[in-house]
Amino acid sequence: MATTTATSSPMTPPDQSALLRPKLTVHRVSMVFHRDDNAVPVLDNIELTVADGEFVCLLGPSGCGKSTLLNTMAGFLSPTGGEIRVDNEIVRGPDPRRIFVFQERGVFPWLTVEGNIGFGLAKLSRTERERRIAHYVQMVGLQGFEKAYPSELSGGMKQRLEVARALAVNPDMLFLDEPFGALDSITRLTMRRELLRIWEAERKTVVFVTHDIDEAVQLADRVVVMSARPATIQQIVTIDIPHPRDISSARYLELRDGIFAQIGLAHRI
Amino acid sequence: MSTRSVPRRWEKIFWPGLAFALLLALWYFAVRWSGTKVLPSPVEVKNGLAELLHQHVLWKDIADSLRRVAEGFGLAALLGIPLGLTLGWYPAANNVVNPVIQILRPISPIAWIPVAILFLGIGDHAATSLIFLGAFFPIVVSCVDGVNNVSFIYRRAGRNFGLSPLQLLRRVVFPAALPNILVGLRIAFGIAWLVVVAAEMVAVDSGLGFLIIDSRNSGKRYDLVVAAMLLIGIIGLALDYLFRSLERIRSVRWGFRHES
Repeated sequence: MATTTATSSPMTPPDQSALLRPKLTVHRVSMVFHRDDNAVPVLDNIELTVADGEFVCLLGPSGCGKSTLLNTMAGFLSPTGGEIRVDNEIVRGPDPRRIFVFQERGVFPWLTVEGNIGFGLAKLSRTERERRIAHYVQMVGLQGFEKAYPSELSGGMKQRLEVARALAVNPDMLFLDEPFGALDSITRLTMRRELLRIWEAERKTVVFVTHDIDEAVQLADRVVVMSARPATIQQIVTIDIPHPRDISSARYLELRDGIFAQIGLAHRI
Repeated sequence: MSTRSVPRRWEKIFWPGLAFALLLALWYFAVRWSGTKVLPSPVEVKNGLAELLHQHVLWKDIADSLRRVAEGFGLAALLGIPLGLTLGWYPAANNVVNPVIQILRPISPIAWIPVAILFLGIGDHAATSLIFLGAFFPIVVSCVDGVNNVSFIYRRAGRNFGLSPLQLLRRVVFPAALPNILVGLRIAFGIAWLVVVAAEMVAVDSGLGFLIIDSRNSGKRYDLVVAAMLLIGIIGLALDYLFRSLERIRSVRWGFRHES
């Protein structure tokens, strides 16, 4: 794995001190689903630590179990073995401090843009709620659509709306499950840039599931490469390129090709 | 012939109007040429309608029918929606109650007439209870289905924002199921309007159903019978239109396919 452990980067490495405090730890986590008397192992002995403020991509082929892992991190599923901790507390269920963003399908179609962003803010005073809604409408560029319903928005706008709804409750962590998978390739590129801009502004800890190698290398501090089911961690690749990343630079291509090789794909079609 | 896929405005009114006019003409000439003395022609029906309006009994009959539907349907909605939501929310409870509902549901409310009269006597209560029975089961079933079909993503998103189960029901499950529930209410309302006519023929002495049976019994006034039938159709159509307009409310519109 010489390509991935290379330290001779011409660019400055990410600030290592910020990566020291662990935010989320996954310890010996395994998951077995039972279907028609068959035990199907989905996750096998996963060991992973995500630092505070870090952006981690879980990368693997479709159906490998990376979404299952994300769902257990978010507390929607309980692992059949091992434990997951956030801030050293065992995760026992979903929590507003850690918001899960679905592939744009999570916005509530019966609420307006404002209603969606304000959904998690019921406990706040009216003025504070309105201030936050206005702030996040601005942040994701939905000005003028405050009173619109999701059915009147494009796929990219719905996705931004869902991110805004998540950020509005000021969580420490975001879990994103292939959030841009349903978007066209141009919108997807803009959305990646938007997400990075928001992440740099708010410094949430982000765990991002994708099956797109380029997406992972463009976004993440570290890429966790997972094998096919039952998912194990094959390798963790540190992406030591500062943002904004030049996606035609030698280092970018080197890291990307390393992951291609790791997954077992020849880099030719 | 127009090749446009979207009919012009005048066409939307013209062609159905023409079909209606042709039907009236067919009716008129069929009566005239067959020389029947029993069935009325459209002209006689029109005169019968004018006579009913003149005697002022018609408005009371219409009002009575509408009141019975409002009571029976209202009670069915008032009890059926909470029951349906509860059963949808607790699958275990639904497993217990569902077989009973599935056995009772296919029984026509008309079949309940003897039982209703036995328990409630001849009168308004018997009629209202039949309407209730006709409307109750479709409402319950649509609510159960509505809750069951709420995407797990919405539930997870709701739980993620820290909602209690009751808040989740009120703020996520109910609004997500509402389009389904509205469809059930509309179907139930159509059934209620069918049942009120039958109920009024046997259990009470007012209303549009009574008007039909009374017109036949007191002097074979088939012109009034047909006039009442037409009124039932027109009022039913108007009420259905009102219900459909609920589907255009913006917070439920997403659940319906509208052209625009």
